[in-house]
Amino acid sequence: MKLKEIAHSRTGDKGNISNISLIVYDQKNYDLILEKVTPERVKAWFSESVFGEVIRYELPNLGALNFVMYDALSGGVTRSLSVDKHGKSFSSALLEMEI
Amino acid sequence: MKKIRIGAGAGYGGDRIEPAIELMEKGDLNYIIFECLAERTIAIAQEEKLKDPTKGYNGLLEYRMRKVLPLCKEKGIKVVTNMGAANPESAVRVILNLAEELNIKGLKVAAVLGDDISQSIENYMHLEVLELKNPLESIREKIVSANVYLGIEGIVEALENGADIVVTGRCADPALVLAPLVHEFGWSESQLDLRGCGILAGHLLECAGQITGGYFADPGYKEVPDLWKLGFPIAEVSETGDILIEKVDGSGGLITTATCTEQLLYEIHDPSTYITPDGIADYTAITMEQVAKDKVCIKGGKGRVRPETLKVSIGYKDSFIGEGEMSYGGSNALAKAQLAAEIIRNRLPIIGCEVDELRIEYVGFNSLYGTKIGEVLNREHTLGEVRLRVSGRTKTRAMAQMIANEVEALYTNGPSGGGGAMQSVKEVVAIGSIFIPRSDIHVNITYKEV
Repeated sequence: MKLKEIAHSRTGDKGNISNISLIVYDQKNYDLILEKVTPERVKAWFSESVFGEVIRYELPNLGALNFVMYDALSGGVTRSLSVDKHGKSFSSALLEMEI
Repeated sequence: MKKIRIGAGAGYGGDRIEPAIELMEKGDLNYIIFECLAERTIAIAQEEKLKDPTKGYNGLLEYRMRKVLPLCKEKGIKVVTNMGAANPESAVRVILNLAEELNIKGLKVAAVLGDDISQSIENYMHLEVLELKNPLESIREKIVSANVYLGIEGIVEALENGADIVVTGRCADPALVLAPLVHEFGWSESQLDLRGCGILAGHLLECAGQITGGYFADPGYKEVPDLWKLGFPIAEVSETGDILIEKVDGSGGLITTATCTEQLLYEIHDPSTYITPDGIADYTAITMEQVAKDKVCIKGGKGRVRPETLKVSIGYKDSFIGEGEMSYGGSNALAKAQLAAEIIRNRLPIIGCEVDELRIEYVGFNSLYGTKIGEVLNREHTLGEVRLRVSGRTKTRAMAQMIANEVEALYTNGPSGGGGAMQSVKEVVAIGSIFIPRSDIHVNITYKEV
């Protein structure tokens, strides 16, 4: 199963740091994403984009995780050579992860 | 219980105007905010101001205010905006001239000043730039702007003095919302949780349509009705800090706990520590409840005491970027685009183009996530078309132009069937951050009336 079957996501940016939220549609799946979507897996999945640490914050009352990915935006929104300088599209890739 | 209704009229500098007008006409608002300053916007505005001292405010200010001013007067809605960018005083003059032209009288317009610290930047050369891990000294000659993120003080004072419209330069986005709440409810500095709720309300509103169904739709998974007439949000905030997010009946979009949760986590790092000049908000105890269609009640924001240092955004001239694009089609599209890229890689040294950083992307295949994820996503079908994108960083505009030209020259010198060349060359104004003591900052306010 892909993550997108049970969760949705949004990406934000600050400088060279990207954050991706992961929010379950149904609270009963929160424990599943907590177990399966570790920061190590997220860092490995985005290995061609994210070169720094990935930290995961947990918000059980909202059924959400927040991944903060350092050194993730090719030097930062203001100077990146990438077509998607903000990394807005990262959320769609996270949801393609198999769990 | 007293409640204040604040609408979000813009989520970024170039945002749509009709949703703001709809909010002012039908939203029963007390206040409307226009958040129009991205990280880099003020550096670009500062350059405009250097060329013409009467400019340097948001480019859509006049366009927006022409529609906003009549409603501001008619409905008694107060406006708080950072559209002043690098030049709030000029922005106020523009607003006054418009009011006179539209024959609107009895408006007090305030400019909040003090965010521009470029005159005292020499004092901070020893401080480390967060993004560069080097002292500010290392970019001394390249600095074009230095603006501190102000908090609510200037806006609150302007409102206390009866301003109908408050125009700021750089200030923390949530302050545009927290300031009216502090003014209306008298929340003191020691009422940390209430201020945390006000910061939360500001954070939820600052991107306007992003909480009402914009940046949300995913066909087949998350449907959003009528995005072409997306309504902007209203936060009805009570004096106890409860927030009701809603929109005008009949507008497009939707408000659900899902849209609110996505926006709550947008651009935040540690949800227990959302740092603003006015306090550190804690979002970990928040609860959300869908109380009616397109109405979500959000409670439980907390707050801690405000930081003693303030963030300063430093704009500096970093480099030039030259870009070129060309499309290839057919089942051999990727191979053709890869051949084209090989040609460019070999051409750049031949023509003496010095490139500090080169990025080659195949749009449709790996431009967003790289090759590994690209291959996973594309393994079940052939790529029928691929767009080569070459982007390079150089020290001069001329070198950047060479990159762009080389891609265009693939028309006649590259693989078969290359079409749709596009190019761009731009100077990069990058942003770095330093942190300075709050006591170094002196906010002052000027007023004009019609």
